[in-house]
Amino acid sequence: MASTRSRQWVGNRVLMTLLVAAVASVGLLPFASLSPNRLASGQSVMLWEASASWQLAAFALIGLALLLAALARPLSVRTALWLSLIATLPLLALDFQALGGYAHRALVDASPAARVSQGATFWILLFVCVLIAIDALQRLRLGMAGRALYGMAALAVIAACFCGDLLAPLSIMREFANQRDNFVDQLIRHLLLVGGALVPALLVGLPLGLMANRRARLRNGLFSVLNVFQTLPSIAVFGLLIAPLSALGRAVPWLGDLGVSGIGVAPAIIALVLYSLLPIVRNTYSGLAGVSSGALEAARGMGMTPRQILWQVEIPLALPVILSGLRIVTVQAIGLVVVAALIGAGGFGAFIFQGLGQYAIDLVLLGAIPTIVLAVIADFALQILVSLSRPAGTR
Amino acid sequence: MKGSTLGVGRLRAASAGNGVLGVLVLLLIGLTLGMGQLEPLFRALFPDLGTPLYSRDSFLNLMLAHIGLVLVSSLISVTIGIAAGLFVTRPVGREFEPMVSSLAAIGQTFPPAAVLAIAVPLAGFGFAPTIIALSLYGLLPVIQNTIAGLGTVPQTTLEAARGNGMSRWQILRRVELPLAMRVIIAGIRVSVIINIGTATIGSTVGAKSLGTPLIAGLVGNNLAYVIQGALLVGLLAIVTDLLFERLERRYSFGG
Repeated sequence: MASTRSRQWVGNRVLMTLLVAAVASVGLLPFASLSPNRLASGQSVMLWEASASWQLAAFALIGLALLLAALARPLSVRTALWLSLIATLPLLALDFQALGGYAHRALVDASPAARVSQGATFWILLFVCVLIAIDALQRLRLGMAGRALYGMAALAVIAACFCGDLLAPLSIMREFANQRDNFVDQLIRHLLLVGGALVPALLVGLPLGLMANRRARLRNGLFSVLNVFQTLPSIAVFGLLIAPLSALGRAVPWLGDLGVSGIGVAPAIIALVLYSLLPIVRNTYSGLAGVSSGALEAARGMGMTPRQILWQVEIPLALPVILSGLRIVTVQAIGLVVVAALIGAGGFGAFIFQGLGQYAIDLVLLGAIPTIVLAVIADFALQILVSLSRPAGTR
Repeated sequence: MKGSTLGVGRLRAASAGNGVLGVLVLLLIGLTLGMGQLEPLFRALFPDLGTPLYSRDSFLNLMLAHIGLVLVSSLISVTIGIAAGLFVTRPVGREFEPMVSSLAAIGQTFPPAAVLAIAVPLAGFGFAPTIIALSLYGLLPVIQNTIAGLGTVPQTTLEAARGNGMSRWQILRRVELPLAMRVIIAGIRVSVIINIGTATIGSTVGAKSLGTPLIAGLVGNNLAYVIQGALLVGLLAIVTDLLFERLERRYSFGG
């Protein structure tokens, strides 16, 4: 009975739950930490200690707006959802504002070695913003365009926080300033490794998928071989490639001159291609297999040649499934390149493992966070591409 | 006719699969216990190395530590994952289903190695961050497949069960879960296989696993260590995957 009564008061239980979690986190967990130097552990600072009074007032105001949106009355369902969606944008900005503002004030009369880092509540508020937005976007049934637009608005808010020197005194941003050139190099390296693996994987995988579709006998053997590679831990594949490749590099000097050696880029690319094949081949196969026999017969009836049928009927109809395969593979490759840093291939993983070795948490985060952002952006971009590739009317 | 030849083919494939699995299991046990006997082989392959056999710990210990990491984290992921999947598919929690589903989908785009690295500032070095990262990451495929599996149970089947006077609990236990089990196990399989791989990298944050000789070999330029670690962890992953494949097959009703 109690639950039905509370359901009458609460219109949006998801939003209410998130709000309770956010308030609990603000009350119990530190928002930031202040430490005497880069390696020492810090002293916790709660949100109300870190924020200026106008920021506290703004936090309270946004909290009240979200509470209003979570209640069943007086707002209509759609108005409440729009309110929660819009309120997350200033909350996002305020989260960064409060952290940056605190760092500026705390470091004014501290020693140059002192550092301010973000705490659990900072991350939880960020996370709560993302979840509120996801929930509202789903309930409002906004299409891909609406989601993309909102996503860009949120990115613009975050980008605005990073412009200027608001966040510059933060520990992780100082680490970034130290590594700026290196960071750009590793970003480019990371992307080149992903691209360098995807191009050959597509060149090999697409024809293999077509073959699997045309010759049933080939299919099972091919899929079980490729499945083995997906199963093997990446670091084991990297490791097992070292010995044969370094032998190859020594035995065939011109290959060695090209850079084929046990460690570095060559084993990384080979392993990434092997991992990427299964999703590409499988999705090409199932995309082609999903083309209706009616469409094929109609094409044949129109007098199209097999080649025309392939290029003008089968591939366009299979494209969304093939692109979904590309989406899986791209996100997977961005993650695998992290591990490839262990065999000296570079990329953001280099920061992660260097940071772990020195117990420099900021360096670890400087590698881990951009990798995650890269993966999420690639996933979202390819998701848009997949939905654009669907024939009109089925989107 | 076609059905019967297909059946025979599948039977033959299954018995061939048994043979392969048997050989791989023997190889896994044999190599774990008897890697030491292969020292002359590694010495011959890598004459330049002073110590061609990893000896800071026994391979049995490393294997058990690795399996322990995966087992503990998988138990946590499976318990929480199935519970969460059940919650959001019941009337009480249905409101949370879209959010939990998209969270599980977005979370899986996060690279496992990056999640492991982020667990370090939260939990320090060693066993704890690895368990946290593995359980969190492993949770997502289990939730996703629990929701998907329960979603495949036809509405008519549920109505028939209700018509038979079964209680909600009985329907869940005797109709929904058995019908969804194959898809749920497929999710657990994905989660365990990813975790076997991530536990290997766990040695970079100080958890003992089969990755320990592998990483030590990469850092110290000792290829023999790398091969010893990689072989064992690769075999472990393949054997586990084949075992799950058989388990899944057991739950596929009528193909």
